[in-house]
Amino acid sequence: MATKHSRSAARLMMAPAVILLLGWMLVPLTMTLYFSFKRYLPLRGDSLENGLQWVGLENYARFIGSSAFWPSVQATLVIVGGVLLITVVFGIFLAILLDQPFWGQGIVRLLVIAPFFVMPTVSALVWKNMFMDPVNGILAHLWRFFGAEPVSWLSDASVQSIILIVSWQWLPFATLILLTAIQSLDSEQLEAAEMDGAPPVKRFWFIILPHLSRAITIVVLIQTIFLLSIFAEIFVTTGGAFGTRTLTYLIFQRVVDSQNIGLGSAGGVYAIILANIVAIFLMRIVGSNLDR
Amino acid sequence: MGRIVLDKVKKSFGEVTVIPPLDLEINDGEFVVFVGPSGCGKSTLLRLIAGLEDVSDGVIQIDGKDATDVPPAKRGLAMVFQSYALYPHMTVRKNIAFPLRMAGLDQAEQNKRVEQAAAVLNLTDYLERRPGQLSGGQRQRVAIGRAIVREPAAFLFDEPLSNLDAALRVGMRLEISELHKRLKTTMIYVTHDQVEAMTMADKIVVLQAGVIEQVGSPLELYSRPRNTFVAGFIGSPKMNLIGGAEAQKHNAQTIGIRPEHIEISTTEGMWKGTVGVSEHLGSDTFFHVQTPISEEPLTVRATGEMSLGYGADVYLTPRPEFLHRFDAQGLRIE
Ligand SMILES: Nc1ncnc2c1ncn2[C@@H]1O[C@H](COP(=O)(O)OP(=O)(O)OP(=O)(O)O)[C@@H](O)[C@H]1O
Ligand SMILES: [Mg+2]
Repeated sequence: MATKHSRSAARLMMAPAVILLLGWMLVPLTMTLYFSFKRYLPLRGDSLENGLQWVGLENYARFIGSSAFWPSVQATLVIVGGVLLITVVFGIFLAILLDQPFWGQGIVRLLVIAPFFVMPTVSALVWKNMFMDPVNGILAHLWRFFGAEPVSWLSDASVQSIILIVSWQWLPFATLILLTAIQSLDSEQLEAAEMDGAPPVKRFWFIILPHLSRAITIVVLIQTIFLLSIFAEIFVTTGGAFGTRTLTYLIFQRVVDSQNIGLGSAGGVYAIILANIVAIFLMRIVGSNLDR
Repeated sequence: MGRIVLDKVKKSFGEVTVIPPLDLEINDGEFVVFVGPSGCGKSTLLRLIAGLEDVSDGVIQIDGKDATDVPPAKRGLAMVFQSYALYPHMTVRKNIAFPLRMAGLDQAEQNKRVEQAAAVLNLTDYLERRPGQLSGGQRQRVAIGRAIVREPAAFLFDEPLSNLDAALRVGMRLEISELHKRLKTTMIYVTHDQVEAMTMADKIVVLQAGVIEQVGSPLELYSRPRNTFVAGFIGSPKMNLIGGAEAQKHNAQTIGIRPEHIEISTTEGMWKGTVGVSEHLGSDTFFHVQTPISEEPLTVRATGEMSLGYGADVYLTPRPEFLHRFDAQGLRIE
């Protein structure tokens, strides 16, 4: 891509893709923005044909003013943060374990990756009915076996339960990325550190962890993008009750349950702003990490 | 400080025995070079001494103490790897200080020692850079710096120069030799480049398939190779090994004569031959001469510039005092 000629050719070739992507992104975005300034209640007879009433910033004020808003932002951040923490920590741990040579390595690696292929709805249902059911769930049996009172997970520890379910889904992704990163570490570096007198814990801290820092930032970045919009897991388990109503879920309720498209769109715009704030933060970190 | 003794050390990977029981003594302050063809077990032997591999059998003594089961960090040895194995996320200063930091030295002492090492190795201007911003030779020096700050009982080098270009290699070779003269610490140096071996070593260990073929000073190996393998391995270009009837005349299975010990003449001599390829180096000229006494062409060195056309007839005369004789087992006959 050195010459002027090849650069302009490249631009020309990329144009269709860029235009398609731009349209893909811009059309819904403009529509969301448009609706967010309108009163649009389909059940009350509002429709695009009749023209929608301009209400200015009223939807924005109402969305943010509702008592559900701040708790939903908090729930979103707690869930995203919790899942990130669990997947990164356990991902590193699993990656190190899987990197060791052991019998049946291939099968174990496959098993570790398996949860990633299960659809969110299915995995949430499996967790809800097979594990967390307070009467028939495996966990309830386990609790009773030890003579304890079964926990009704999804109501008493609802946020933790959601974090657990989502972490279970995303752990394979983190593990996989971190495993490839660990495998790319030059073993001579570890041997050099060993000769330099670093015991295993220090080798992890001074050599392996810095080597993984890029992979970790990538895991965090990609997961955050997807985790901000988790929906199915909440929909099929708690239905947004017990403090698990995230921003995404709140918007869904405004649009579908209360059939208020204008209000939901305003919420959507807030979600975009939140995502961008997080993205800028992450880009800063990633940027300084990837520069090296 | 720095006397290493291997007693019947053996190493197998599963079924495969890479090093059959082997004895070796390395004296304090010696510069010992392991040479041998690729895959002969040089690195493995070095890693056994370093403690990075466990011995399958036998005893390794360092300074009179049994170190066979001592972990690498406690053996007091420092290693320079072929890939340098620098820590890419640390600056040169942090890289060199790493062993000191692990040993728990205070910051002031660390800085003092790092700066000393950097001064010795001409790295003072690069202390705040990362390894990625250094040239190959500079990286090599950082790796050596990381080794010398620990003040080890012995240095272990595994082909440290093989990633450098020819000119830099000559320079680094001298620097390492000089470092050895100054520090007077035992050094064990692995290479497959026999020029490095000849120029740097106090003692060369020639290995083949994990077996020590000969141990001796470079000149000993050059002038009195113990067997045909060493004879063919040490010296550049290789010694001419001649079998058959010509060897029989000298009561040997094989005779050997180095290229520099053959007189070449266009008029008279012992063996008649025709010149094949000639290599002109300026200081020397090497001729590959096809003779009836062996299938392989003989290599002959003439000092200075000498021109002989392709296919020219020449006469070769070996200098009898430099003729090596070997028996049917390939062992030297005195
Ligand atoms: N971890 C291992 N497992 C099995 N075999 C090994 C292992 N490491 C080395 N070997 C074998 O041991 C032999 C000696 O290897 P080594 O690395 O010591 O050779 P080397 O003399 O250093 O060669 P080079 O000059 O190419 O570096 C080789 O045949 C190699 O295949
Ligand atoms: Mg090697």
